[in-house]
Amino acid sequence: MPFGRQRKEFPSHLWTQCPSCGEMLFNKQLARNHNVCTKCEHHFRLGARERIELLIDKGSFTEHDVDLTSGDPLGFTDQKPYPQRVQQSQVKSGEKDAAICGTASIDENQVELAVMDFDFMGGSMGSVVGEKLTRAGERALANRTPLIIVSSSGGARMQEGTLSLMQMAKILGALHRLDEAGLPYIAVQTDPTTGGVLASFASLGDLILAEPNALIGFSGARVTSETIGEKLPKGFQRAEFVLEHGFIDQVVPRAQLRDRIAYFLNAFRPSARDLRWSL
Amino acid sequence: MDVVDRLLGTKKPIESNGHLPNGDGGLITDSTMLSSQRTPWQSVQLARELKRPHSIEVIAGVFDKFEELHGDRGYRDDPAVVGGIAELEGVGPVVVVAQQRGSTTEENIARSFGMPYPEGYRKAIRLYRMAEKFHLPLVTLVDTPGAYPGPEAEERGQAEAIAKAIATMCGLQTPIVAVIIGEGGSGGALALAVGDMVLALQNAIYSVISPEGAAAILWRSATEAEKAANALKLAASDLLRLGIVDGLIPEPAGGAHTDSAATIAAIKTAIVAQVDRLGRVPIADLLSARYERYRHIGTVIEPLPGTLPAPKTEPFWRRIMRGV
Repeated sequence: MPFGRQRKEFPSHLWTQCPSCGEMLFNKQLARNHNVCTKCEHHFRLGARERIELLIDKGSFTEHDVDLTSGDPLGFTDQKPYPQRVQQSQVKSGEKDAAICGTASIDENQVELAVMDFDFMGGSMGSVVGEKLTRAGERALANRTPLIIVSSSGGARMQEGTLSLMQMAKILGALHRLDEAGLPYIAVQTDPTTGGVLASFASLGDLILAEPNALIGFSGARVTSETIGEKLPKGFQRAEFVLEHGFIDQVVPRAQLRDRIAYFLNAFRPSARDLRWSL
Repeated sequence: MDVVDRLLGTKKPIESNGHLPNGDGGLITDSTMLSSQRTPWQSVQLARELKRPHSIEVIAGVFDKFEELHGDRGYRDDPAVVGGIAELEGVGPVVVVAQQRGSTTEENIARSFGMPYPEGYRKAIRLYRMAEKFHLPLVTLVDTPGAYPGPEAEERGQAEAIAKAIATMCGLQTPIVAVIIGEGGSGGALALAVGDMVLALQNAIYSVISPEGAAAILWRSATEAEKAANALKLAASDLLRLGIVDGLIPEPAGGAHTDSAATIAAIKTAIVAQVDRLGRVPIADLLSARYERYRHIGTVIEPLPGTLPAPKTEPFWRRIMRGV
């Protein structure tokens, strides 16, 4: 062994290796490129705060429901008690739970924006995420603005049991009201969007956009391959696969995401004659 | 839950003899009233019991007549979802949608063990819309280990089908009574279980993930399923306490499979009472009560503004060490 030479040349806090093309990327440059490989366009995951900065007009974000935290309704303990897991995630990520919601403007369109945070317990949806997203939907309805939800989640949070499952119905109830009011809802699926999150709000936008190569699937790949007892084809449950099967509108590279959303928001904006939104 | 209680009169005082007043169809609405408490793992096994009355048997016993309707008008007819128009005593025609698992291995293979494909959920959505259009109450019977997880189901949009079924039920302009008769497996069950009244049999279970699945992920060992079943609070009595179901339908002492006829009679009494009661609530009130029913499920802690301690964040040097 060459005595950790590889590590010395590329210390991990300065360099990241692209898993797709093997290129060593300088972390600062990677961050400047919104976590997209400069050589092969591989999309690394992007943190929720960085995602908000990427999408909105600079400085226009007003965060809501910052301090909502999770209770422990079931008294759940697996290898660690649930409250301890939550606390560790809070310290690690600096967030209170797995979704950040607020009002922002995108190309001067006021929107309600909710972004899920995969770094917080795998972006799992429990009562707090359900409550925050529902409130975001209700605020959009009250202010008659569009709603955008960027999902990045492994699914429902097991530690809150069936209560997590019920959050799917709770959020969809709010989205149904938004739909009836004729307000746009744009779903953005990023890596990964799976399980109960995909089987609820992430699949029902007026528009559904996804990032290149994002993992998008209902069942975990392991469960699926065990069901048929063989290996899954390459590219299975990736954004391009889902696009091909007709369940999303577009696969949008991160660099174009903001402009694309802005275009759709402008296209959906009511004209002076059409007073649907302001009534 | 106040709105629901007020509108539907869910909270009824218990009479001096300890029984519920007539009118709510013999439901158990307080978990402390359960006489024999089983462990969650025993409930899991009872809910999956092969001889337990399954949907087709229940439909035959509860309704006077049942005309099955087939197909999703898009791809094929999924035998794991059974639906149609049925005649309910004292009420008239209703739409029934149910998940059917088999009582034998052959039937289970034919019905993919009660795990619906996307077309099964699309058939359900078609029947929900039919109920709405013709002002028929909707009755659903839930009994599934979960939605089918294979690659064909993924290709045909399992997640989209489930999401649309849930959203359709949220806004459906007709009364909905959902009964969990066996296993309520995650999103695949919720696609039939959004309702104005959600009932469960005494030994039914309803969970976000199967105990085996949770054990494999959280304990990294499928043999810890019993521990997971305890932790997930998936037994009917826990669901009642958490407000996820509104009432329990009593089963015979040894479980539903020991006396199917009595179980089905109890299901019938409960369904007749609830459909009749919901039928008298104006639709607009029903829909806002349904919204509120789900709106208030979940536990969040929201401190009053100004009472917060300073947020704990990781020291900057530790972030650098982690390479973020």
